[in-house]
Amino acid sequence: MSVSGKLREPALAKRHRIGQMFEWLCCGSTWFGVVVLLLLLLSVGWKAMTWPTADADAADRTAAMKADATSNAVAESARPLSTRFLTSYDSRIPQKAGIKAALWGSLWLLLFVGLTTVPIGIGAAIYLEEYSNEGRWKRIIQVNLSNLAGVPSIVYGILGLTVFVRMFGLFGHDGKVLDLNLGFTVLAVPLPFERSVISGALTLSLLVLPTVIVAAQEALRAVPSSIRTASYALGATQWQTIRHQVLPAAMPGIMTGVILSLSRAMGETAPLIMIGALTYLARCPGHIDSLSSAWEHPSGLLEAPFDVFTSLPIQIFNWVSRAQPEYDHLAAAGIIVLLVVLMCMNTAAILIRNRFQRRTQW
Amino acid sequence: MSVAQVTSPLSIKSPSSLTRRFSWTRAREQIIRAVLFLCGALSLLTTAGIIVVLFTEAIYSFGGTAFFQSVSITDFLFDTVWAPQHPDHPRFGILPLLCGTFVIAGLGGIIGLPIGLASAIYLSEYAKPKMRRIVKPVLEILAGIPTVVYGYFALVFVTPYLLRPIFQTWLGFNVDIFNALSAGIVVGVMIIPTVCSLSEDALRAVPRGLREAGYALGSTKFDVSLKVVVPAALSGILASFLLAMARAIGETMAVTIAAGQQPRLTLNPFRGMETMTAYIVNISLGDTEAGSMEYKSLYAVALSLFVITLSMNVLAQWVLKRFREVYE
Repeated sequence: MSVSGKLREPALAKRHRIGQMFEWLCCGSTWFGVVVLLLLLLSVGWKAMTWPTADADAADRTAAMKADATSNAVAESARPLSTRFLTSYDSRIPQKAGIKAALWGSLWLLLFVGLTTVPIGIGAAIYLEEYSNEGRWKRIIQVNLSNLAGVPSIVYGILGLTVFVRMFGLFGHDGKVLDLNLGFTVLAVPLPFERSVISGALTLSLLVLPTVIVAAQEALRAVPSSIRTASYALGATQWQTIRHQVLPAAMPGIMTGVILSLSRAMGETAPLIMIGALTYLARCPGHIDSLSSAWEHPSGLLEAPFDVFTSLPIQIFNWVSRAQPEYDHLAAAGIIVLLVVLMCMNTAAILIRNRFQRRTQW
Repeated sequence: MSVAQVTSPLSIKSPSSLTRRFSWTRAREQIIRAVLFLCGALSLLTTAGIIVVLFTEAIYSFGGTAFFQSVSITDFLFDTVWAPQHPDHPRFGILPLLCGTFVIAGLGGIIGLPIGLASAIYLSEYAKPKMRRIVKPVLEILAGIPTVVYGYFALVFVTPYLLRPIFQTWLGFNVDIFNALSAGIVVGVMIIPTVCSLSEDALRAVPRGLREAGYALGSTKFDVSLKVVVPAALSGILASFLLAMARAIGETMAVTIAAGQQPRLTLNPFRGMETMTAYIVNISLGDTEAGSMEYKSLYAVALSLFVITLSMNVLAQWVLKRFREVYE
């Protein structure tokens, strides 16, 4: 706007100049976030694609490592991020370290967090939106949910540590093993859960439940009440109405919210450190490191939930806190893997949203 | 409100399924309702769990000794040294941890709050729809990046490539590798999306009529934005600030990685500091025996953190409710 040039009154021109400056300032702030994101991605990508340049001292060390590596006859890669990185375990030698254990750990976490939060989150949202008629319970739970959403994640970690990992110390120092007979096999459940996948998953579930519930509530609220009334008019009971009319209509919105919350759970680090997931780990939960191994040793599927684990952000944190500069580059490669996984989940959420938004029109 | 109840008064001559007091359909409805209620009540149970766990380990323990049964509250609040690992005389003064927390959250606030508000004003008042379509997803991505990545960014890039050249080479300060400023900067970036999206919602909720009245009185766009729209949306903006600061205080991984592990009572942002959250992480990284004083101090620190963030959240909700301007 070149209004200021044409204006005669200097005071008005000044006001317009101030306004123009303010607009530029706000525009700059808005682009600040974009610039930071680009910087972050570029710098992490650059680190993930190169090993540190060797100075004399480090060159000796890498030479020694190379000798070590060749003697073990394991191919090392030209850059931190490679297919080998995805298929090997963590190692003392940075050039041979990979992220396999963390990848499988994160997948197991994702599976169990999904299994617990989806039914409970949707159930709670249905109760709040469909059953409680603006009563006292609804108000209490609603206020409680918004407070829970603001509790720092590390406090959930403390909760998980006490409730799931130690179970208040109820089972003594050594713990007990509960044998559940499933008919075809016996499932050994250690009590307390110790530092297992299931402890981590339950802790993360408590953490993301408030967000899942709120998202599901919004999706349910978007279903017009005429749908419900029509269903009642045809003689359906309340549950039949919810089950066959309301839920299917709200499902895309609910799934979007659930996937976004799960992606948040995937990136959580602090609560998992609290429950003791940060360990040097050279195996996957239940010794399952590929689909074929799950097929050959199905018993591993039952052991995995109660096995020790590590996860992607934990592994990244572990590498960041090591001193050698090579591990910084490994951490960058790990970050790229984590971001790609998160981006896939978010894309899935967006696709679901777009696909169903177009189809349903009230 | 079940449909069966509504129809039953009419049923003098209606089929038996409506007059029967008990029917499986009705029982099933009740059971489902109860199960769904339990799902909803789980969130209450979570809150109760957090409070019970923190209370029994920190304030009063049944059977054992809780943290505050062996350390007095005045020592905890006013002693200036935090040295729980000292073999002979462990000291538990939370001030250094509080100082670290508030310095970093404050730095984050100085950076994040104005930028977040300015971008909210831009997006709601100035930006064309096309621009919004580009910027909004970017902010969503920023909000979705795990905090451990921000910590890595601070430690590996902000400190060596931004802070050290500027403050050490040019201005002659001594910048530690682990320093509060780099942590504050990334915490600031982290809260921008929170402030921006919540404030933008508040700004967009201000009705058009107010803006047009402002223009009719001869205001420029700047006057309207800053003197009409922002004051009208002030409750929402304040609430977004409070929520963002609560998030900055509870932020864990970025400050653990970037600000170091030295509990220091200082306001110098170029030194390393330890926050409450970082202390909790560092203790749980080591092999601390359950039941030791160090282990119990976790709960005391977590309790303080919980109380601070909870009161900020409650305050934010109160501000929203109390100062909301309602337009029709």
